[in-house]
Amino acid sequence: MTDSQSGVSFTALAVLLIAAPIIPGVASRTKAILTGRQGSPVWQLYADLWKLAQRGTVLSTRTTWIFQLAPVVLLATTIVAAALVPLDGRVSIVRFAGDAVAFAGVLGLGRFALSLAALDTGSSLEGMGASREVTFASLAEPGLFVAFATLGVIAHDFSLSAMLGDAAGRVGASGGAGPSLVMVALSVFALSLAECSRVPVDDPSTHLELTMVHEVMVLDHSGPDLAMILYAGALKLGLFSAILMNVLVAASGQGKWSFGGAAIAALVASFVGMGVSIGVVESIVARLRQPKVPLYLAGGSALALFGLILVLR
Amino acid sequence: MTSFAELALFLVVLSDFAVLATSRLSACIRAIAFQGILLGALPLLIHLDISGHLVVLAVGTAVIKAGVLPWFLRWAIREAAVRREVEPLIGYMASVILGAAALAIAFAVANALPLRMVGTDLLVPVALVTVMIGLVVLITRSKAVTQVVGYLMLENGIFLFGLTQSERVPFLVEIGVLLDVFVGVFIMGIVVFHINREFDSISAARLTELHD
Repeated sequence: MTDSQSGVSFTALAVLLIAAPIIPGVASRTKAILTGRQGSPVWQLYADLWKLAQRGTVLSTRTTWIFQLAPVVLLATTIVAAALVPLDGRVSIVRFAGDAVAFAGVLGLGRFALSLAALDTGSSLEGMGASREVTFASLAEPGLFVAFATLGVIAHDFSLSAMLGDAAGRVGASGGAGPSLVMVALSVFALSLAECSRVPVDDPSTHLELTMVHEVMVLDHSGPDLAMILYAGALKLGLFSAILMNVLVAASGQGKWSFGGAAIAALVASFVGMGVSIGVVESIVARLRQPKVPLYLAGGSALALFGLILVLR
Repeated sequence: MTSFAELALFLVVLSDFAVLATSRLSACIRAIAFQGILLGALPLLIHLDISGHLVVLAVGTAVIKAGVLPWFLRWAIREAAVRREVEPLIGYMASVILGAAALAIAFAVANALPLRMVGTDLLVPVALVTVMIGLVVLITRSKAVTQVVGYLMLENGIFLFGLTQSERVPFLVEIGVLLDVFVGVFIMGIVVFHINREFDSISAARLTELHD
């Protein structure tokens, strides 16, 4: 990695850390426009984070240190995961063979910490939310691995930098892997909606106890803790939009950006694109009944599997 | 044109999976109608020298598979007052997994077949997977209407397989096959209607009961 490249990588990480909270904002703005409502401004999450950061934390007397540790672990693991993804579409800050597994594992660790915190409260409602969230995530993960495996086979290298960076773009364009890259992109989008707790798997705007999944898990968190959880959620959306952007760029057969500024602009554009697509999905699709979610996730995984079969053929 | 043909073939596979995963009869019929349109377009996309024979084949396929048959199935549902759910014998999840297995087998087998490839090499595996998923639908669904849908998918797969050879297959044979299917589905629809009138249900499992 040359110095200028690593400079762009760090700039991309900084852009992610600063700009990711616009994604939920763009999503809710899109939803508001499409459903003819006034809606909240795009920077709503920044305002929420600022407000929460200034508040005190209310802790239940039943909770232990696990409860306070969880938001920190969640935020830290999400930032580590961000360092593994080539956000600028060329190289990530940390790269090694098989870091795709580390990426999924690190995100899983964050979710594990959060579900432990939910169980730590001793509330049966939070335990139920944690159980649902972990169930859906464990069903989404195999599909994500199949998608990564497809990218790995295309790039002949099992590190995210090669899968999403230069190699995939080069091989994908010349090797006729375009259709399977499109399948992977569709699959990653479908699964990321589950990973990031959005419609049709979960609804971030619902506050009905019976149907909440992710929201119920973080019900007892308040103040800066809740701010960290919300911020980590936005970062995760940003990570998936960067992955999707890279897969789509590889599928279009265009070369990679030679110029760092274009890569950063593409990253920001992918945030807006992700926000708009989530908003559109949430406006036109109703949330699935809970027994239907595994079928949705299996469908998403089947798309990735189709992509894998196409490249292995 | 090959890339458009490949896109159409991907959509055929996706519509196969849509039939497997959906729980509504009308959505099943929509998926099979969409598949019919794709099948109508495919001969034109695969064979670059467009002749009168090809155009008639394409238009005939599209009209029958995407227009007449879906309309007829909808009529059968309405007349027989079928409850609009598919009622599979195995779960939708298991159906999708079976479909994924069929996909893998089809692509593995297609490479081993000593066939002359016309147009795109995706044609044979997609034909095989459509036949296999049609078979899965035929076996695992209890309603007569969905069994007709499975039969149609099976026939669509055979049609796709025929496309690899259609430069040499005479026109009359193609038309004959289309007519066969049309008549077959027509008879099935009428049978469905009568089964429903006799048994107050179109579940195929009840056909084993004797009835006066």
